[in-house]
Amino acid sequence: MSNIVETPKLTKKDFESDQDVRWCPGCGDYSILANVQRMMPELGIAPENVVWVSGIGCSSRFPYYMNTYGFHTIHGRAPAFAMGIRMANPDLSVWLVTGDGDGLSIGGNHLMHAVRRNLDIKVLLFNNRIYGLTKGQYSPTSELGKATKSTPTGVPDHPVDPASFAIGCSGSFVARCVDTDAKHMNEVLLRAAKHVGTAFVEIYQNCVVFNDAAFDAFTAKDKRDEHQLKVEHGKPLLFGAQKNKGLRIDPRTLGLEVATLGENGVTEKDILIHDEMNSTIAMMLARMPFPAFPVAVGVLYATSRPTYARTVHAQIEAEKAKTKPDLQKLLSSGNTWTV
Amino acid sequence: MTQQAQTVSGGSEDQTAKTLQGAVVRFAGDSGDGMQVTGSQFTVAAALAGNDLATFPDYPAEIRAPAGTTYGVSGFQINFAAKDVFTPGDAPDVLVAMNPAALKTNVKDLRRGGLLIVNSGAFTPQNLKKAGYETNPLEGDSLDGYAVLAIDITKNTVAAVKETGISTKEANRCKNFWTLGLMFWIYGRDLEPTIKWVQSKFKREPAIAEANVLALKGGWAYGETAEISHFRYEVPAAPQQKGTYRNIGGNQATALGIVAAAQLSGVPVVFGAYPITPASDVLHDLARYKAYDVATVQAEDEIAAICVALGASYAGRIGITASSGPGIALKTEAMGLAITTELPLVIINVQRGGPSTGLPTKTEQADLLQAVYGRNGEAPLCVLAAATPGDCFHMTLEAVRLAVKYMTPVVLLTDGYLANGAEPWRVPSVSELPKIEVTFRKDPEGFHPFLRDPETLARPWAVPGTPGLLHRIGGIEKDYNSGHISYDPDNHEKMSKTRAAKIAGIAKDVPEQKIEVGAESGKLLVLGWGSTYGAIREAVQRSRDRGLDVSHAHLKYINPLPRNLGDLLRRFERVLVPEMNLGQLVKVIRSEYLVPAESFPKMKGHPFKIEEIEDKIRQVMES
Repeated sequence: MSNIVETPKLTKKDFESDQDVRWCPGCGDYSILANVQRMMPELGIAPENVVWVSGIGCSSRFPYYMNTYGFHTIHGRAPAFAMGIRMANPDLSVWLVTGDGDGLSIGGNHLMHAVRRNLDIKVLLFNNRIYGLTKGQYSPTSELGKATKSTPTGVPDHPVDPASFAIGCSGSFVARCVDTDAKHMNEVLLRAAKHVGTAFVEIYQNCVVFNDAAFDAFTAKDKRDEHQLKVEHGKPLLFGAQKNKGLRIDPRTLGLEVATLGENGVTEKDILIHDEMNSTIAMMLARMPFPAFPVAVGVLYATSRPTYARTVHAQIEAEKAKTKPDLQKLLSSGNTWTV
Repeated sequence: MTQQAQTVSGGSEDQTAKTLQGAVVRFAGDSGDGMQVTGSQFTVAAALAGNDLATFPDYPAEIRAPAGTTYGVSGFQINFAAKDVFTPGDAPDVLVAMNPAALKTNVKDLRRGGLLIVNSGAFTPQNLKKAGYETNPLEGDSLDGYAVLAIDITKNTVAAVKETGISTKEANRCKNFWTLGLMFWIYGRDLEPTIKWVQSKFKREPAIAEANVLALKGGWAYGETAEISHFRYEVPAAPQQKGTYRNIGGNQATALGIVAAAQLSGVPVVFGAYPITPASDVLHDLARYKAYDVATVQAEDEIAAICVALGASYAGRIGITASSGPGIALKTEAMGLAITTELPLVIINVQRGGPSTGLPTKTEQADLLQAVYGRNGEAPLCVLAAATPGDCFHMTLEAVRLAVKYMTPVVLLTDGYLANGAEPWRVPSVSELPKIEVTFRKDPEGFHPFLRDPETLARPWAVPGTPGLLHRIGGIEKDYNSGHISYDPDNHEKMSKTRAAKIAGIAKDVPEQKIEVGAESGKLLVLGWGSTYGAIREAVQRSRDRGLDVSHAHLKYINPLPRNLGDLLRRFERVLVPEMNLGQLVKVIRSEYLVPAESFPKMKGHPFKIEEIEDKIRQVMES
């Protein structure tokens, strides 16, 4: 990170571009943008060393609004562009914005490989469970049976859960947060920013026009305490307005179950402690059926493993240490003869 | 058939080798028989002996097609001579057939009176049946028109390698080296380079190395003792320009061109690719050149491969991708993004037979219109074409030079024939290679991302990490005066025309079209592009030698076309365009210049033969 200059005096304003923001009034994207712009100065990275990359969709307009370098590319392919940027310059801080359609439908293949390779990029997937920019068709995260413009008789296929997808692709950092919970989002984004590897963050984002209130069942003020579980490493997996409900392992099924403290002799000692380095528990947390279980948010999984870019650059350096480049010699290699 | 060599027809029993001006040899066998290795080693020997040469490997798409079948036959043809060689030759003078299927599929091409060497040991009832022979062709009179040398190569090989103690199966696999040894004897080649190659190739398996060397020597010894010296020939060295030479294939030359571009520009290359025949060897070669500032990425698919390259270009590296037909189709959208964001990018299309999967291992030139026009919107880019395997090196450098100077994607068209073919190549001195100048914008004063150089119309290359140049670019139309997104109708027209003018302006920066062979005006111009170079050149030369008023011009710049091309075409009464497609360049020429150019198409997955073009020239001149 040699050419990243410490710039402690930056503010949110420094990361706001001069472009008019063109999302629909009330869109969840606004709060994500504001949170990101507030969070960036905390990283101490100069704006010129930050690149925002995106594909196509409402969320993918994000780079235009950040006063950094930005590349608005083509539908679904942003992870491949991010990889190219990483290959070119390992010192840049590369952020990718995608949506449920861009990232998991047309770009599912690329996202899988970006996560698997541990590229060392930050991926923010705005999940609104609908296609917004094309005006209301179902997405790969839309619920089974949902009536949309392209599925008037109901979505016929089973949805994919973004966080479990990322854990399944051997993601080294997988987290969730909600567009309206600024404080929690800030914590999650800072963790993601500091992660070395591909940090995957699913953000539940409300589309006011085509899928309004999609997440109200666990994000509305009167619902979130009972139906949201904020996981924290080393702390018991407790939720509920009274923090009296928790998750424990049912030894008969090796699955999770909800237990209430004080009932049937359940105490806090029975509740599972969140270990963000345990991918099995992370997968269980990501896949809990709603509403029988709460929706888990926070850092579900975080581990450390070599990144793609570092591995590749180490290979290049090793080759350079062995071979002094001599173009003339290379061109003249093999069997030669002189006339 | 006895084990003794039999000659059906042949020359006098004279002990000295006859001197020939050149010969065309084809090796054909089962795809597991090692014919490509045999051909390559024979090629190296010819090159080291100073012959000019051209080669054409022709192998099936299946890695190991069922043994003995006609569709599993793999071939390798080489034309080597004491004079300039431009093609792998039309009809072989010598055919080596390792089994009945190889004989069946290849003998029709052998010149009447040519030498046919067959492995009689492979002519078993089972193999004859698989090849569709009802009777053994070695026993009837069907081969009477050829000089037949029927040898039980299998048996001779097993005997030659016996002392190594390897298994019969392993011994059998040495028969290509036995055959090579015999061919080396016939043409008086030095065994040493091949022995060295075998020893290095099999250094971990010394017994196999020894067996192959013994087989090679066994084949040579057979020639010495079998009283076949009337088949011995000498092909003297060809006069060549002074210099150091090496043998080079097209993909190899392309890879070296990429390395040279990184070294000459001082800007590292990021090469993104996805495995595809016949382009994969470019990736394989480059993966070994990490020390030369070339980073390779084997991407998850063709789309990712070009996007990785373009992402790298955006961040200040030379992004390059290589593929073939179906892969290029997948890259189309990203090429559009490169055009509208005006970033440098080189896309190498090693063309193969299409459409769709088509003929993966065969050659074709049917992607020209795709390269020039095949994108959504008004999407002009620069298109170049290499003419010979060695030319792939120079055209790759040219592609990079234009891409970085004009901030544009450049498509370089090669094809399967160039990729896998080989020719002697004079190794250029690094000092004689073109400079590739790259300027990264650093100055924030007056900067916007689409500020243009008034001469080239190129925008500045401003890369992430540069203070003061923060900006956003993307696929949405940009304002001419600020680079911000713009939906203004007048602006869109202005930007479209500017992008077109930038590409058209490249014509000022590339050489004028020259005549390869013949007069600057006259009755007929044969206009070619790409890998048809050798066949057209030789055909035009032969036609001129017979007194016909015909010239040859060969295009390397397809878009924009050379600035003098219209004038040049109009100086000829007629223009003939041979192409390995159904008439693509001819369409471009006719639409650009309103010249009644005539098409001469070929769509067989094989290159033109000299004779085919010669016949066509004669026909056109007589009509």
